[in-house]
Amino acid sequence: MKRQFPLILCFVFGVVILLTQFSPHSYSKGVYEEVLNWARIITPFALIFSTITLLQTHITRIRRQTDHWQYSFLVFVGIFIMVIIGIPFGPQHPWFEWLFNNVQLPMDATMFSLLAFFIASAAYRAFRARNVEASLLLITAVIVMLGNVPVGDLIWNTLISLTPWGDTFADGSSWMKQWILDNPNLSARRGIILGVSLGVISQSIRIILGIERSYLGGGD
Amino acid sequence: MLTKLVNMDRRIVFILVALAVIIPMLFPISLPVSISKPTEDLYNFIDELEEGSAIMLVFDYGPSSLAELNPMAKAILKQCFEKNVKVVGLTLYAVGTTMGSDLMKEVAEEKNAVYGEDYVFLGFRPGIELVILGMGTDIASIYENDYYETPISELPMMTDIKNYDQIELVVDLSSGSLTDAWITYANGKFNQQIAAGVTGVIISQMYPYLQTGQLIGLISGIAGAAEYENLIKAPAKGVLWINIESFVHLLIVLLVIIGNIAFFVRRTQEE
Repeated sequence: MKRQFPLILCFVFGVVILLTQFSPHSYSKGVYEEVLNWARIITPFALIFSTITLLQTHITRIRRQTDHWQYSFLVFVGIFIMVIIGIPFGPQHPWFEWLFNNVQLPMDATMFSLLAFFIASAAYRAFRARNVEASLLLITAVIVMLGNVPVGDLIWNTLISLTPWGDTFADGSSWMKQWILDNPNLSARRGIILGVSLGVISQSIRIILGIERSYLGGGD
Repeated sequence: MLTKLVNMDRRIVFILVALAVIIPMLFPISLPVSISKPTEDLYNFIDELEEGSAIMLVFDYGPSSLAELNPMAKAILKQCFEKNVKVVGLTLYAVGTTMGSDLMKEVAEEKNAVYGEDYVFLGFRPGIELVILGMGTDIASIYENDYYETPISELPMMTDIKNYDQIELVVDLSSGSLTDAWITYANGKFNQQIAAGVTGVIISQMYPYLQTGQLIGLISGIAGAAEYENLIKAPAKGVLWINIESFVHLLIVLLVIIGNIAFFVRRTQEE
């Protein structure tokens, strides 16, 4: 029963919500709105579970003294301070805002900024014209990189002005970048979107019918 | 020598990147920015809105993406306040609250916009899809109070705004996949007009939606922010940063070319 009950709930709510999408009747709309309200009430509890899971993970790290386990204490310090200020006073409180603007914001922005250095280093090593596929990737990357910044058109326009087609082919760098985004990129992305969407539909049907049960977790 | 060049110490690359950022920052130059169609489409859409109409500006990003998305948000807010278009700010991303409220306040002070009359900031609610769907029926059912705990029924601007029917456009500024959720639920179910401003890494994902018209416009990364600043004739950080980024991109392209030349010369010698 421990497994059957969630399966029955999933089937009933899945089918009912699906049917409400095909009926404009006021009763159908009422059911839809009511279920949405329930879902909105349930959702914040997911935040509580995720916080508990995070704490459990770091408690385990400390207990087992895995690599860099000392840093796990910082997680507790961060959560403790933000919760102590955030829950009673709200995120508008000047202390909360100060901590966000002077601790979280610069740290988060700094971490992301480091990517520029690693991407540059990785690009230098990875973009080698070893074969046809790698050459295509390399050429596309160079065109998009140059087409995405003003200096690309500046270089292009300077070079093309030395030829008789200077006016006809102006801003060719950004034009080529746009062509890549509008054509090969768009086609590939649409294929991915269609594939993912079909996968989501089939997986949803499997979950509603109780064929896919991994979301229930293991064991009884 | 060639082997050294092919396997260049990454710390040298790091130093070169740092210099490519610092030098143009100390000695700024201004390169001409060409305007892309998706950016222009969004600008034109807002420009053609009637005075008193409202848009929704969604801050779906955190501090890691503020360099790219804050300039877009500022440019859009400036355009709206100058045209007397009302702005409803909110976020579906918890860390976007402080940034969103600070940014709206900053631009409002600059443009003499009044809170509650010209703009409001509703803050964050969990449950992405549920929030988007719920606001389609009744915004007050999701946000009883604004970010500052004022009941939205007491905000003059919100008395006429009940759901998406009174919102001309949702502009989602996003560093992740939340724009997809806006397109799927707000556009798909309520036919709400959507535009997006996204970070450079997810621009390519947005193009299918542009072609279908599910996105009426798109600001692409810092380049798009610079374009928008030029469109509103108020060059700011977007323009500064795209010029800096130009040098970093140029450096990477040069490094890739040098690396490939060294690679081929060494391979020829080995053969």
